[in-house]
Amino acid sequence: MAGVLVLLSIALITIYFRESSGGGLHQVQSAGATVLRPFEVGADRVSRPFRDAYGYFAGLVNAKSENNRLRAENEQLRQQASQNAFAASENSDLRKKLNFVNSPSYPRGFGHVTAPIVAQTPSAFAQQVTIGAGSSSGIKEFDPVVTGEGLVGTVVRVAHNQSLVALLTDDTTLVSAVDVKTGAQGTIKAGSSFDHVSKDQRVSQGDILVTAGWKAAGLSSIYPRGIPIGQVTAVGQNEVDLYKHVQLQPFVNFKTLSSLIVLFPPKTR
Amino acid sequence: MTADIAKGAGVLFVAAIVQVTLLSQIDVFHGAPDLVLVTLVCVALLRGTIFGAAAGFGAGLVVDTATLQTLGVTSLLLTIAGYWIGRYGETTGRDRSHAPFVSVAVVTILYSFGALVLHYMLGDTASASRVLLDALPFELIFNLILTVPVYALCRRLFRPPPSGLEEVQLLG
Repeated sequence: MAGVLVLLSIALITIYFRESSGGGLHQVQSAGATVLRPFEVGADRVSRPFRDAYGYFAGLVNAKSENNRLRAENEQLRQQASQNAFAASENSDLRKKLNFVNSPSYPRGFGHVTAPIVAQTPSAFAQQVTIGAGSSSGIKEFDPVVTGEGLVGTVVRVAHNQSLVALLTDDTTLVSAVDVKTGAQGTIKAGSSFDHVSKDQRVSQGDILVTAGWKAAGLSSIYPRGIPIGQVTAVGQNEVDLYKHVQLQPFVNFKTLSSLIVLFPPKTR
Repeated sequence: MTADIAKGAGVLFVAAIVQVTLLSQIDVFHGAPDLVLVTLVCVALLRGTIFGAAAGFGAGLVVDTATLQTLGVTSLLLTIAGYWIGRYGETTGRDRSHAPFVSVAVVTILYSFGALVLHYMLGDTASASRVLLDALPFELIFNLILTVPVYALCRRLFRPPPSGLEEVQLLG
């Protein structure tokens, strides 16, 4: 009896294996599977609550390790997102600088080096930043520094691969400026006041100030003419003082600087 | 005998359905309990070679049909297993308390080897290390755990045949 069943099994295997998928045994099997299907569905429904309970408790067992894994993954993604946001910001910033370099307001004949800010130490004592380019990039002392928004300051110290830039808001920075609308001339000190503007010159609130870029007796301003500096926010004068009191707001936001453009006349290098 | 056949068919049919719908989804290092094999071993141990071989053949057909596997493969393996355990039960094992566990352990191991060989012969891709090293230990443990309730149930369903002399009353 058992031998017959074994032979029958082997015969089934052989026939099933050799016939096509539309063969008799396949069709019988398909019909059998159809017959068994309701029983499987029934068993599945009956066992569903138990399986769900098992899955719930298995999930609890794995929850702690999965939580740790997801936390690590979340931290990694957060860092990645932060890097992406920073890269996007940097990209936007560099595009603005590129637009500035290619714009008509870019000083004619001047070369430039774009450098990132590697150290930023503006304080009450010194409004200065360190950039990651120095004499090896052709930067020299007193080269003007700009961004796409306008004048930033001046290079005050140069190392081989780094330079120190005094910002427009630094007390030591003096810039000859001119009112674009009226031609009134003066000097901007510490990035906040437009000084030495005589009372006979006209300056109005909202006027735009740019670098004067003067040349006289073989001397010239270190700043090329026409670099935007800021906008006049307040104008006043009194009988006693010789000059007007003009306040301005620089175009550059010095708190969000990330990279700068150092200008230099190509003939001098 | 007819009642035994009906009960055997019923219990193995339920075992096969539970196996293909529920237990096959359990996966601990590729190992899953084999309720059909355990039930067959218990039935064969209690009812002998012919019953074991026939039950194995039928259960294998149900499993192969439900899972749309090559028809006859599981039947062949379970037929041999049922016959062999039935023979063990008929000769020495039936009355020993450890017989179900020994039978299930041995059959589980041999069944894995047999299935692997058979699938290789049919040209199926199967990893021997995965079947024998990863899955087998957990399958063995699962099956031994299942043996306790399944054998208890089978002993209730298939009472051992009476042994020894029955008391008779002489008339006259």
